[in-house]
Amino acid sequence: MKGQILNRMTPYFFMAPAGIIMAIALIYPLGYMMYGSLLDWNPSQSIGEAEFVGLKNYVTLFYDPAFRESLGVTLTFAFFVVIAEMIIGVGLALLLDRNIRGMSVLRTLFILPMMIAPVVVGLMWRYMYHPSIGIFNRGLDAVGLEKVDWLGQNALLSVILADIWQWTPFIFILSLAALQSLPQSALEASRIDGATGWQQIIYIKLPMMLPILIVTALLRLIDAFKVLEVILVMTEGGPGLSTEILALRISRTATEFRELGVAAAMSNYLLILLMILTVSMFAFTRWQERRATRLAAAIQEDA
Amino acid sequence: MSDKAYEKQNPAFYALLVALIFMSVGPIVLMFANSFKLDVDITSGTGGLLFMPTIQNYETALCDVLWYEPEHLDFCGLKFGGAFINSLVIALVSTVLTLVIGCMAAYALVRFRFMGRDAASLTTLMVRMVPPAVLLVPVFGLWNNEFCLDKDGLVGGMIRDSFGGRGDVCLAGTHSGIILIYVAMNLPFVIWILQSFIMQVPRSLEEAARVDGAGPFQVFFKIVLPLIKPGLAAAAIFTFRIAWNEYLLASALSDRDTKTVPILIVNNMSEFNVEWGVIMATGMLLAVPPIIFTLFASRQIITGMTAGAVKG
Repeated sequence: MKGQILNRMTPYFFMAPAGIIMAIALIYPLGYMMYGSLLDWNPSQSIGEAEFVGLKNYVTLFYDPAFRESLGVTLTFAFFVVIAEMIIGVGLALLLDRNIRGMSVLRTLFILPMMIAPVVVGLMWRYMYHPSIGIFNRGLDAVGLEKVDWLGQNALLSVILADIWQWTPFIFILSLAALQSLPQSALEASRIDGATGWQQIIYIKLPMMLPILIVTALLRLIDAFKVLEVILVMTEGGPGLSTEILALRISRTATEFRELGVAAAMSNYLLILLMILTVSMFAFTRWQERRATRLAAAIQEDA
Repeated sequence: MSDKAYEKQNPAFYALLVALIFMSVGPIVLMFANSFKLDVDITSGTGGLLFMPTIQNYETALCDVLWYEPEHLDFCGLKFGGAFINSLVIALVSTVLTLVIGCMAAYALVRFRFMGRDAASLTTLMVRMVPPAVLLVPVFGLWNNEFCLDKDGLVGGMIRDSFGGRGDVCLAGTHSGIILIYVAMNLPFVIWILQSFIMQVPRSLEEAARVDGAGPFQVFFKIVLPLIKPGLAAAAIFTFRIAWNEYLLASALSDRDTKTVPILIVNNMSEFNVEWGVIMATGMLLAVPPIIFTLFASRQIITGMTAGAVKG
């Protein structure tokens, strides 16, 4: 009898440490933030002393041009980064999906950029973009072209380029894995039917990779909203507000403007955005799995 | 792969490969080279790859842990060595904790049916996307004000009466404060990635062990753990990477003595006169551990990454 109770408790023993830590340091802070977003709260007050103002922070933010600009910058950044990385990454995967010597070395070198610290990536690019000593302007100068004001007038573009450098390999690796797990029989059959390389890509490879590609794009999109350090080191959000993404604005609102309530409300907006993306990713994989089982069942019936 | 003959490719293809490698590794090599240059060499821009390498930048960066005093320095301003040790302690401890705790939770979620299982697994999936920036405000508030040792209780009250001040010992500013949030932040990801590895362990093995009289914990530690080593390696690398590289939360939670390397770099970066050589040297030191991991365990990293994405 005692053994039985012990057995029934086992999963809870296994779950308990993770559950407790996540409850204390993740779930509780999130709840705390949601409550805090309803307060007029500055860092010198404890949360109990702050005045309750209801949804005021949310409304203020909604009409705040700086916040709107920051949201716009974030969305532009995320959108262009994901599009460019998907195109380049998938393109490279299609191109490099060959049986060549040293493929594993290649992959190792490709994942280096995303393993090193974002702070270091920002540092590197800030140096390379430097108006006078940076390598880009020196190169342009050497071939006699006009220097570009990278982090000044073209700050957002420069930041996007740096992110593309860092994260395209992620898409590349995942789509290469997807490509290599495609059933060979379909490709074989199309080859016998006389499909050209392009036809194979458009009619067979891409459609079959599509589910994984969509999940990859969504993963990358979610991550693009988390980018902070690279931009912080490169531009500190400037010039003006031109590269101030939401994550950066949250941290500035909290530390510089000392408005914790507003920062919390902003965090909540960001959280809602990410929640929508995550739920849609989740829903998509579920739908995909269900469709796959249905198709399998249909094939079974046919046979 | 290895037993098949390699296809011949045309030269343009190899040119493309070289260009790609150059693009992805070039910036890192550039930084590496610059970290061995004097500032004069960096700003003058003459010479390119022809320069006298010097370790002066590294000496400046590590001046607080060197056993000798570098000649060119009269004051050791940059406490890089201390920050490096902080980073190492925080990253290692949080990685180990996350792995142990996450592994147990993943095992429970895969192998047992129990009340609240679906809720637990859904929560894990949902909180995986919470970015550090969102946690900034609550963590700052909680770690400074709520997660304190007996703020109004007996011990805290005594400290306050005798020493004055706020009279409480809070999580903020301690190593454990930073470790706690890193563990919490990484757990969902680790649980989720290990689940897919644990699912592949054949159930019959565990049942055989159980028939032989092993308890659930013995089965877990002696059968399951050794079998999911590749998954553990992948999870460990990803966790270490985040804990080692993270800036925002560490900057909110650390004080003078618990600064980590990213904070140090950012602080030096925002100063008016950037000493490029020294900054590059610190950046290089921060980048070295992840680079070593990548070179030795790229297979595990790629497995982990694909397992993560394909199992949405």
